[in-house]
Amino acid sequence: MRIVATVSCLFVAVPVMADNVRLAIAANFTAAGEQLIQQFEKTTGHSVKASYGSTGKLFAQINNGAPYDVLLSADEATVIKLEALALAVAGSRFTYAHGTLMLWSAKANMFNNPEHYLQAAQYAHLAIANPNTAPYGAAAQQVLQQLGVWATVQNKLVQGDSIAQAFQFVATENAEAGFVARSQVLAWKHSGSSWEIPQHYYQPIIQQAALLQPGKNHPAAQAFLNYLQTAAAKKIIRDFGYGVDE
Amino acid sequence: MIFDWQPVVLSIKLATITTLILLLLGTPLAWWLSRTRGWYKQPVAAIIAMPLVLPPTVLGFYLLLLLGPNGAVGQLTQALGLGVLPFTFAGLVVASVLYSLPFVVQPLQNSFDAIGLRPLEVAATLRASPLDTFFSVVVPLARPGFLTASVLAFAHTIGEFGVVLMIGGNIPGETKVLSVAIYDHVETLDYTQAHYLSAGMVGFAFVVLLVLYWLNNKKSPGAA
Repeated sequence: MRIVATVSCLFVAVPVMADNVRLAIAANFTAAGEQLIQQFEKTTGHSVKASYGSTGKLFAQINNGAPYDVLLSADEATVIKLEALALAVAGSRFTYAHGTLMLWSAKANMFNNPEHYLQAAQYAHLAIANPNTAPYGAAAQQVLQQLGVWATVQNKLVQGDSIAQAFQFVATENAEAGFVARSQVLAWKHSGSSWEIPQHYYQPIIQQAALLQPGKNHPAAQAFLNYLQTAAAKKIIRDFGYGVDE
Repeated sequence: MIFDWQPVVLSIKLATITTLILLLLGTPLAWWLSRTRGWYKQPVAAIIAMPLVLPPTVLGFYLLLLLGPNGAVGQLTQALGLGVLPFTFAGLVVASVLYSLPFVVQPLQNSFDAIGLRPLEVAATLRASPLDTFFSVVVPLARPGFLTASVLAFAHTIGEFGVVLMIGGNIPGETKVLSVAIYDHVETLDYTQAHYLSAGMVGFAFVVLLVLYWLNNKKSPGAA
C-alpha cells in the first residue's frame, strides 16, 4: 500500500515539476518580457532563461539550431517562415502584442511639426534599428519612404544592431532623434519628446509568438505560451504600451 | 552578384591612419617608458596596457559617454567646432588609437630596452645631439621593433569589432568596417558575402602572422 501511495504521489507530482524554458525575445519586448517572466516563474515554479536580440538575429540563430523553446518575435513574417521551415510547431503561433512605432528624442519640445522635422533633416544623426534584421527598423524605413526622404537621409542614419541599441543611441544623445518602440519610451523615466507615428505611415507591427521544435516536449514551454494569453499577462503587455487582442 | 569592396577599403583606410598616428604617439611614449626610472613608470605602463585586458564593450561604453554631446571630450570637440565623434570615421580613429596603443608601445619599448645605454654613450662622445642619436642610432637599431609594432597595430585595427559596433552606428562608407559587414551578412543569412569576407580575413591573418614570425626570427639571428 505504502509503495503504491509513493508511486502515485510521484505521478501526481509530475505535472507540477519545475521545468526550464528557454525564450528568445525580440529586443523591443525586453521590459515587458522581464515582467512577464517574473510573474510566470512566481505562479508556476518553472524557471526561464531569456535571450534578447533583433528578430532577424534570433531567426538566424534558430535556423542554426539554437536551443530555444519559444520565440516572441517582433513580426508575423519571421514566425510564418519558421513554420514553413518546420522549425516552429505548426499551428502554435498567435499574436501576443501589437507594436507602435515612435519618433523619440531625449531632448524636450523637439517635434512640434514632426513630419517637417524628419524632412528638413537638420539633425546630424537619426537612429533606427537595422531594417534588415529588426521589424521596427523596417517600419521606420517605411515611414521615411512615405515621407519621401529615405534616399536623402541615408548619410544621417545610424543603425542600431537592434531597437535596443537604436534607443540607447538616442538616450545618450549621440543621435538627436530616432525611431523606437512605444514600450521603450514609456519605460524611460527622464524627460524627452516623442511622436506616435500615425499608422498610415507603416505596416502594422503584429508581434507573434510560437512554440519552437526544442520546446515541443517541454510542458513549461507550452505553459508559458498559455500564460501569455491570460488576462493577467495581457494586462501587463498593455501596461507596457502594446495593443492586445481581446 | 556584386562584391561590396567598400567595407574592405574602409577598414584598410582606418588601419593605415591608425597605424601612422600610433607610430607618432607611441614612439616618444615608448622611448620615455624605456628611459625613465621614476615611480610613475609602472602606473603609466599599466594604463597603456589596459586595452589588452578590458573587454571592448568597456571601451565602447565609456567612449560613447565621453565622446557624446554630454561627455567631457564631446563638449570640447563641439566647442572646437568639430562636432561629436561617435558615428563618424574620426571617432573610429580615436577609438582604434586607444584600442591598439599597447600593440605599438610594447614592442617599441622592448626594442628600445634591448639597445641599452652603450650605443647612446658612444654617440654622445661623438658629440651627437640627443635627437640626432635617436634618428641615426636608435631607430635603425630598433627597426624590428618598429616593423612588429606597425604590423600589429594595422592587423589589430583591421580585426576590431566590439568597439566599432558600439560607437559606429553601421554607416556604409563611414563606420561600416569589414568586421561589422561580416556580422551583418551573417545576421541576414547572406552566407555567400560572409564567406568571401571571412575567408579573405583568414588568409590575411595567416599572412600577417607569418610576416611577423619571419621578422622576429631575423631579429635574433644569434639565438639559433
